[in-house]
Amino acid sequence: MTTETVKKQRWKLNLRDRFQDLPLPARITAMAVFVVLLYLLPTKAFYENLGFPIPMGSGYLPFYTTGSDMAGVLFQCGYYILLALGLNVVLGYAGLLDLGFFGFFAVGAYTVALLTSPESKLITEYNWFESPWPWLVTVPIAIALAMLSGVLLGWPTLRLRGDYLAIVTLGFAEIIRIVAKNQDWILNGDRGIPSVGHPPGTYSNGEAIFELDFAPYYWLVLTVIIVVIFLIRNLANSRVGRAWVAIREDEDAAELMGVPTFKFKLWAFAIGAAIGGLSGSLWAGQANFVNSATFSLENSILVLAAVLLGGAGSIGGAILGGFLVIYLPEWLRSVGDVFGWPTQVTVGGIHIDVSPTSLRFVIFGALLIVVMIYRPQGLWPNRRRAAELKDRQKEVAPVE
Amino acid sequence: MLLEIDDITLHYGRIQALHGISLHVNEGEVVALIGANGAGKSTIMRAISGLRAVSSGAIRFQGEDISKVRADLRVARGICQAPEGRGVFPGMTVQENLEMGAYIRRDHAAIAQDMERVYGLFPRLLERRKQAGGTLSGGEQQMLAVGRALMARPKLLLLDEPSMGLAPMIIQQIFTIITEINQQGTTVLLVEQNAQQALSRAHRAYVLETGNIVKEGTGADLLHDPAVKAAYLGVA
Ligand SMILES: Nc1ncnc2c1ncn2[C@@H]1O[C@H](COP(=O)(O)OP(=O)(O)OP(=O)(O)O)[C@@H](O)[C@H]1O
Ligand SMILES: [Mg+2]
Repeated sequence: MTTETVKKQRWKLNLRDRFQDLPLPARITAMAVFVVLLYLLPTKAFYENLGFPIPMGSGYLPFYTTGSDMAGVLFQCGYYILLALGLNVVLGYAGLLDLGFFGFFAVGAYTVALLTSPESKLITEYNWFESPWPWLVTVPIAIALAMLSGVLLGWPTLRLRGDYLAIVTLGFAEIIRIVAKNQDWILNGDRGIPSVGHPPGTYSNGEAIFELDFAPYYWLVLTVIIVVIFLIRNLANSRVGRAWVAIREDEDAAELMGVPTFKFKLWAFAIGAAIGGLSGSLWAGQANFVNSATFSLENSILVLAAVLLGGAGSIGGAILGGFLVIYLPEWLRSVGDVFGWPTQVTVGGIHIDVSPTSLRFVIFGALLIVVMIYRPQGLWPNRRRAAELKDRQKEVAPVE
Repeated sequence: MLLEIDDITLHYGRIQALHGISLHVNEGEVVALIGANGAGKSTIMRAISGLRAVSSGAIRFQGEDISKVRADLRVARGICQAPEGRGVFPGMTVQENLEMGAYIRRDHAAIAQDMERVYGLFPRLLERRKQAGGTLSGGEQQMLAVGRALMARPKLLLLDEPSMGLAPMIIQQIFTIITEINQQGTTVLLVEQNAQQALSRAHRAYVLETGNIVKEGTGADLLHDPAVKAAYLGVA
């Protein structure tokens, strides 16, 4: 092998190390450029200047979604990335399987809706307060309530080992959805809560920033994501983070090292729930209208798929996963539009919806299977988790 | 008396695994616990370290009943167990495993010293400092488990079958190290299948049968006890 190819391979393998080895100013500049690019993503000009050839006469821009507003897709990616980051703390760091993570999203969204809508029953029927609260004030409340529900849910279940947690969390998310759907005394059942408040701020001409245009919402959620990443990174590198690793790798051994396992599992659960609630409150701030239809079980599964696809235990993985599960179907649909992929086919008189957004679960089901076979640690794995996985495989199938 | 176990019983669901066990460990001793598979040796260890709650009876450590104290707080009191089946953290490096052993401590200078000491006892671990725990050989994992338990600077070290699955050479080495650790001031309670080695190294020993203590004595006495010889030493 020539030194050239050796070099090339090493370069490929150690992209992460390479980046770490760069001098600090270079790293900061690179990060800054990258972040600026992220903020530019919803603008069409960005895609026009990418330099990819545009298919003749189609008007299609590479990577740009035509089926839905690009900024809208990015905003949705944003709150799914937040959800994935939250579940990553629970599942990736502490190793706790939460199948109903979207439940915390629902708690956050309903909290914001109930407090900011002038038609909230808290105002119209129960007279708890006179006028709706500003969105910004309700966000910390939404986070706190999501956290509280996480603690209430975790308290009885986290003492138990095994699959109890998965079942209880699954039930929790479904109970919230069903209660929201069927009862009428506060959440308004299927009719939902309209006129939910938006984030504050006006342009210099007096127009509200957070209205119908999705781009400001995307910028907001992107900013929140950056802050959350910093917090989680610090946490993961602290004593708490080390305790989580120990718990997920061997809970008994962790306890024998003096780690208060229950306490730290509860913390992981509460922190994850808080991030889920934050995501819900951001979504509600845009949505205008909140009802139970948003909180179906599929969403929890989609978030789970995002974390596993990206690579549990890795922040980059959660981001990649959260982005892919939303963006990929939308992008495929845009590509499909250009190349004439039908949205519906009729077989023997039955109409089947075949648009990529509807086939999302088929796509990710298949993708997940392929990834789990060929790259079980995920697309952007955490090194340590990859080693754990190898260890577990060794136990299951002692080959070689 | 460092540890005194007073008539404890323990159940796994409906199955009673310990039927009124009493034993004690004095400061500075190496005490061995021998018995057949399923006799309840590991169960006693779990009861002491707090992984399993006892159904009745008392576990006194330095005179205080700790039977209701949480496992992680028992570590803080000075009890540390190297679990059966090694239980090293597979994704952590050797170094990180050892650091994890010192989780409850904050005296960084002393931790660094103890790290040196463990690497001194097990030079093999030093060579493999950056290797993931899960990729170590069985014997190396065993060394790591013992070393990691030492990092907590326990007053009482619980070792559950430290020789399990090791080559005879390495077993010798491990027992020599146990003696060394003991001479440096750590009290050791040792569970062993390798009764020959355990009894010759221990000050005192207990023989366990189906959840009951059936014999106790000095290591030397039990080594020459005909019943023990027949049952555990493979001598007719
Ligand atoms: N988690 C458990 N659930 C139910 N029964 C258990 C459990 N753990 C141990 N037992 C039972 O309790 C008894 C004592 O087990 P223990 O592990 O203490 O034996 P041991 O003396 O350590 O054996 P070995 O030498 O094989 O390690 C056995 O009959 C075992 O089957
Ligand atoms: Mg045992």
